[in-house]
Amino acid sequence: MLEILTSILVRTVVAGTPLLLGTMGEVVTERAGILNLGIEGMMSFGAVTGFIVTFTTGNPWLGMIAAIIAGALISLIHAFVTVSLRANQVVSGLALTMLGIGLSGLWGKPYIGRPLSIKMNAIAIPYLSDIPVLGQVLFYQDAYFYLSVGLGVLVWFMIKHTKVGITIRSVGENPKAAETMGINVSMVKYLCVMIGGAFAGMAGAHLSTAYSKSWIEGMTSGRGWIVIALTIFALWEPSKAFIGAYVFGGIFVIQYVLQPLGISPNLLAMLPYLTTLGVLLFYGLSSKGQRKMSAPATLGEPYIRGSR
Amino acid sequence: MSFVIIPREKATPLLNFMILISSLCAGLLAVGIVFLLKGVNPFFAISEIFRASFGSFFGFKETLTKAVPLILIGSGLALVYRAKFWNIGAESQLLVGAIFGTWIGLNWGPSLPGFIILPLMFAGGFIGGGLWGLLPAIFKIKFGINEVISTLMLNYIAAEFVKFLVVGPWKGKTKYGYPYTDDLPAQAVLQHMGNSRVSLALIILAVCVALFLAFLVFRTRFGYEIRVIGENPEAARYAGINFFRTTLIMMFIGGGVAGLAGVGELSSIHLHLSYPETISAGYGFTAIIVAWLGRLHPGFTIFSGLFFAGIIVGGDAIQMSMGMPATTVNVFNGLILIFLIMGDFFINHKVRYQRRVS
Repeated sequence: MLEILTSILVRTVVAGTPLLLGTMGEVVTERAGILNLGIEGMMSFGAVTGFIVTFTTGNPWLGMIAAIIAGALISLIHAFVTVSLRANQVVSGLALTMLGIGLSGLWGKPYIGRPLSIKMNAIAIPYLSDIPVLGQVLFYQDAYFYLSVGLGVLVWFMIKHTKVGITIRSVGENPKAAETMGINVSMVKYLCVMIGGAFAGMAGAHLSTAYSKSWIEGMTSGRGWIVIALTIFALWEPSKAFIGAYVFGGIFVIQYVLQPLGISPNLLAMLPYLTTLGVLLFYGLSSKGQRKMSAPATLGEPYIRGSR
Repeated sequence: MSFVIIPREKATPLLNFMILISSLCAGLLAVGIVFLLKGVNPFFAISEIFRASFGSFFGFKETLTKAVPLILIGSGLALVYRAKFWNIGAESQLLVGAIFGTWIGLNWGPSLPGFIILPLMFAGGFIGGGLWGLLPAIFKIKFGINEVISTLMLNYIAAEFVKFLVVGPWKGKTKYGYPYTDDLPAQAVLQHMGNSRVSLALIILAVCVALFLAFLVFRTRFGYEIRVIGENPEAARYAGINFFRTTLIMMFIGGGVAGLAGVGELSSIHLHLSYPETISAGYGFTAIIVAWLGRLHPGFTIFSGLFFAGIIVGGDAIQMSMGMPATTVNVFNGLILIFLIMGDFFINHKVRYQRRVS
């Protein structure tokens, strides 16, 4: 029994890791007032880049770094189009998703069906990993898990307790006031979009070089969209993103736990999406919840410098 | 010397058209660069795409076939995007329409003549897609849920439900191991023209729907309400426009026409329900670009739908002849869409070159 529990928890944490990474990035982006619906595409692009670099160099760390850079670079398109050209953020994000999925399919094709010889291995933290259950769950994971937690805490601290965080929030809430304070609004937005892209790219590389060790088309399977829902679920709070990511990681795992009971796998596969809708409906039931669901004030709106 | 950006009041139709064409060309150029990076001759690849889709009679018939769902869905999306309701769920509205159509066709088809059963299937598909489209509208207005998220989640839910149906309760008795329902009875199948997969009835349906929706948007009070909600929600509130009612009707129609596309695919091409990827081939997403390229004018989606149908057919062709993966078409779609919205900037703004006064 304890073994089953441990295994479920371990897999929950593993499944939650890319969600946590993606959500942290999107929280930063949206806090600066930019909605980036392109997570699925950036994640996919990160997955294929991470895979190809790991495949050719044999070093999953290089794969991770490459995926981070790739994610940040492809997100620049969204930043340019929405910040500099003030284009519609919804449509630009969708276009980015199509582009990311298309490019990764194109570049990844020769690598389909060729597994990595090496992947990001689990690292045991001395002593701590010997604790029953928790040791396996929290202290015997791959580097992506430790990094995602570390980066998550960093994002939380940055947003909540530093001047950088205040700058980002003011750009999202009241860009005109930020501008008069001497903040370069466009630059902050660009950087926050790129941070979001970097996180999404890293989440993708986790899927292709740690969670599994192969590249297949469509391997992100909607995680990018769940990340966007999780950002709302977390009410744009990094601390709540932790809860959301692992709850949804758990829902991914529950599918496989319930399958032997004879429930149709197709109905179980609906669970993450049904839960997402269910949670948002739950928030929406009360007007207090609806108010809480209110996004950063200028989310989705272009900022025009010097306008009144 | 510097650039000054001035908002433009209204662009002339000619300028609008010129910018559209330039955006398309720039998009194709970017696609060419991607091909070049992949070691494929871009001129060859792009000309191959258009040769395969518009350059031969056989190809053009396929293009017409694929244009039907794109025009149906695209015109419906143009309608709801006018109100800035970002329905990304046409893919599943199509599927639910196909589910309704399948049920009607299989259960009532054998005992009814074609001229009754086919309209019934299309009516059922419209209602199915429409009801599925109502959900995100209710979620948005009554629960404050972002429609992008809800329509996407509904996409996954409907797709899994279709899979559940075709491997489970609806699995055809005559289909052995395959995940299909039984085939529709002969009277529930649309006639094709000559030696092709083109159904004249479907083409007429698609064109009529697009023209009707254009009429709705630009010539009726309902269309006016939709446009005001999109352009100036504050004014819409002052004018006493009922957001809930207008959004519901609008999404019922938008989802309904996607449902029609689902029944069209079913009764003309596939003849049975099967895996969602087979039934739809991403029409719900491609139609987003169709709507955008049609400048959210339902009537213009007839042309933009035809154009993108050509890209799909041509994409399939180079996929087979040059060994490109199926997602290549996503690169196409993504890049063209990006350049289209970049073009919007020049429609909405004037850029002047100015000597700095010091």
